[in-house]
Amino acid sequence: MRVPSPWCSKARARNEPAPTAGRPLGPLDPDSRRVIGAASSPGPEPLVRPRVAPPMLVIRPTSGWRSLDLREVWRFRDLLLMFAVRDLKLRYRQTALGVAWVVILPLLGAGVFALVFGRVAKLPSAGVPYFLLAYAGLLGWNLFQGTLTRAGGSLITNAPLISKVYFPRVIVPLSAAVSACVDTLVAMGLLVILLPAYHVALTPAVLLVPLWLLLLQVLGLGLSLYASALSVSYRDVSHILPVLVQFLLYASPVGYRAAQVPHAFQAVYLLNPLAGLLEGLRWSLLGGTPPRLGAVLYAAAVSCVVLVVGAFAFRRMERRFADVL
Amino acid sequence: MSSNELAIAVRGLSKEYLLGPKRQFGTLAEMVVHRVKHPLHRQKHETLWALRDVTFDVRRGEVLGIIGRNGAGKSTLFKVLSRITEPSAGEAQLFGRVGCLLEVGTGFHGQLTGRENIYLSGSILGMRRKEIDRRFDEMVAFAQIDRFLDTPVRHYSSGMYVRLAFAVAAHLEAEILLVDEVLAVGDAEFQDKCLGKMQDVAQSGRTVVFVSHNEETVRRLCSSAMLLQEGQIAFVGHPDDAFRHYRAQRNEAGREFDATRRVRRSPDLAIVHAALSIDGVRALEIPSGSRPVLTCVVEVKRRTRFAAEVLIRTRESVPILYAAANPAHGIYSDLEPGTHTIRSELPLPAMAAGRYWIDIMLGLPQAPCMDYIEEALAIDVLPGAHSGSGCRTVQSRRHGCVFIEAIPLRDSTVPRGATPQRPSRHDGRGALTADAE
Repeated sequence: MRVPSPWCSKARARNEPAPTAGRPLGPLDPDSRRVIGAASSPGPEPLVRPRVAPPMLVIRPTSGWRSLDLREVWRFRDLLLMFAVRDLKLRYRQTALGVAWVVILPLLGAGVFALVFGRVAKLPSAGVPYFLLAYAGLLGWNLFQGTLTRAGGSLITNAPLISKVYFPRVIVPLSAAVSACVDTLVAMGLLVILLPAYHVALTPAVLLVPLWLLLLQVLGLGLSLYASALSVSYRDVSHILPVLVQFLLYASPVGYRAAQVPHAFQAVYLLNPLAGLLEGLRWSLLGGTPPRLGAVLYAAAVSCVVLVVGAFAFRRMERRFADVL
Repeated sequence: MSSNELAIAVRGLSKEYLLGPKRQFGTLAEMVVHRVKHPLHRQKHETLWALRDVTFDVRRGEVLGIIGRNGAGKSTLFKVLSRITEPSAGEAQLFGRVGCLLEVGTGFHGQLTGRENIYLSGSILGMRRKEIDRRFDEMVAFAQIDRFLDTPVRHYSSGMYVRLAFAVAAHLEAEILLVDEVLAVGDAEFQDKCLGKMQDVAQSGRTVVFVSHNEETVRRLCSSAMLLQEGQIAFVGHPDDAFRHYRAQRNEAGREFDATRRVRRSPDLAIVHAALSIDGVRALEIPSGSRPVLTCVVEVKRRTRFAAEVLIRTRESVPILYAAANPAHGIYSDLEPGTHTIRSELPLPAMAAGRYWIDIMLGLPQAPCMDYIEEALAIDVLPGAHSGSGCRTVQSRRHGCVFIEAIPLRDSTVPRGATPQRPSRHDGRGALTADAE
């Protein structure tokens, strides 16, 4: 009976002396691949065939601003989806109502707004049921708010991964944004029932809905990129963010229309890009007076600038994430 | 195995960590206030070079082990090569697709099912979805969890969890594999399975860089080893040599008498010195199965009765051998006050190679020790051929430390139905009796 003994090290026989042992290592000339091969094959050994293929990956320090490297993000698109799917699945797992929460929450919110602003404060609703007005506002708001809070805290919640695995870090807040977007689209689906129920007819302006959603997300993502990157070093951000969100909720036309803001404050009010975007979304869904073009262009420009600045700032701060987290 | 083609070229790689600013800002507000007050002031930081000017090559098919003590820069090197963090200087070129095997179960989520976790964990490790689809069945088979695929993994036994996690990682298709202490988990059987898989990977011609503390694993897997010390390469070469350097570095290549860990002391007696020798030559490296002589110098202050005893412990402080280093009849009773030398031969059994500690104590049975020095000596048992099969043992928790040769008996095949004579239950008087069944 011959049983392989656990003490026997089978690998031993293969352990030839290391090829790198005691060999002087030459300097690397990044411009010449030949040098690598030649430098590491000194002595009487047969000369190493110089490698023609360039390295698949070169790791070297970077500094200052750097490119967004969107190609790398595209390479990791599967991971982006997996993260988004994970977030969505986890949020509603172990809940009795499951995905229904996506619809219930804005319904409840709209109900409260309709009660407070519509019934108690008796704000005019320009011919649209107040409930619908608030629901449309909340759809846009939830998209912005969901993106900002989920993506803003995403780096902290995924800290164990970030300090252990490489992937483009921007995948994390991006996937949070995707999951917020999915929630909003589901909630928007309810309008198919709500609009006929309230006898509101769609106008051609509905075609602009994707544009509003995109801009809202661009704004939310831009802010959250900056916030999440900053939150890695300064956890203060996670305390400030909810307060900021609360403030913005009342400073934006979510539960009321921008037209309700006194004329004296209109100019200041419209500095908030959310005003233009939320009014635009509401107009597209429910009709009524279109938002002023100037306000819309201003909001779009601010959103794009915020995203670009946020993305570059993220890339700049990104290289410290794994060291700090 | 290794060819001449390069897989990894590292040149002057350095990584500097900021140990925190000399001026610490606890909150954002403090930072903002400081920035406003001193807009042009640049922060000064305490720094630490976790890696300093590291230069090496790894050839295709080579299995390189990276060893070194905690803080030597192993993990930092791993993190830089796997792109988790950027180097501060230098450059690394990787010729081929890189895959990382890290702590088993990274990216797993307890609420998700086995199937979902395979996809999530696979994507995190860098696999494409199509790739996971293709190897899905293989992974499930390797992990042996097909019945529980759609159960959330938090209901898994820890064994199933670890198997699944490793299965995903093990099917990563990469030309260069970076492995960080993955084998530190699971039971012995699973560790063997992992090691086997790793050996397959190594033999399939892929390049492996293996960061580990575990001497046994590195010796078993790696064709060469690199020793890091304070962020610099202290040695590159054969694993055995690397570990010799490693032990020397940790001051572990045996250690002369040291009484700092004296736990008890009576005024009457003291161990002044102790040493081991082989053939009259003082030795700290003892070949397995040899008979070193322990020389113990004892200072007797008052005439007293005592016995000298020796305890040999493993690296993990587990006592494995006990020897009464006494004269023929047990107890020294008539030593005059003064300094005496006690010499006794220790017929050591075949022992696993590695580090052992020797405790020396003076005392009487059933009485408090008079002198007890923990870790008085440290010896390094060198590997030796223990048996005809030429096996070499390495100290490990799994295989024990003392090797005895089992002697196959000629009549060991017993016909069915017959009661074999086998020693069993202890009868309480110190003898073994055959179990009457």
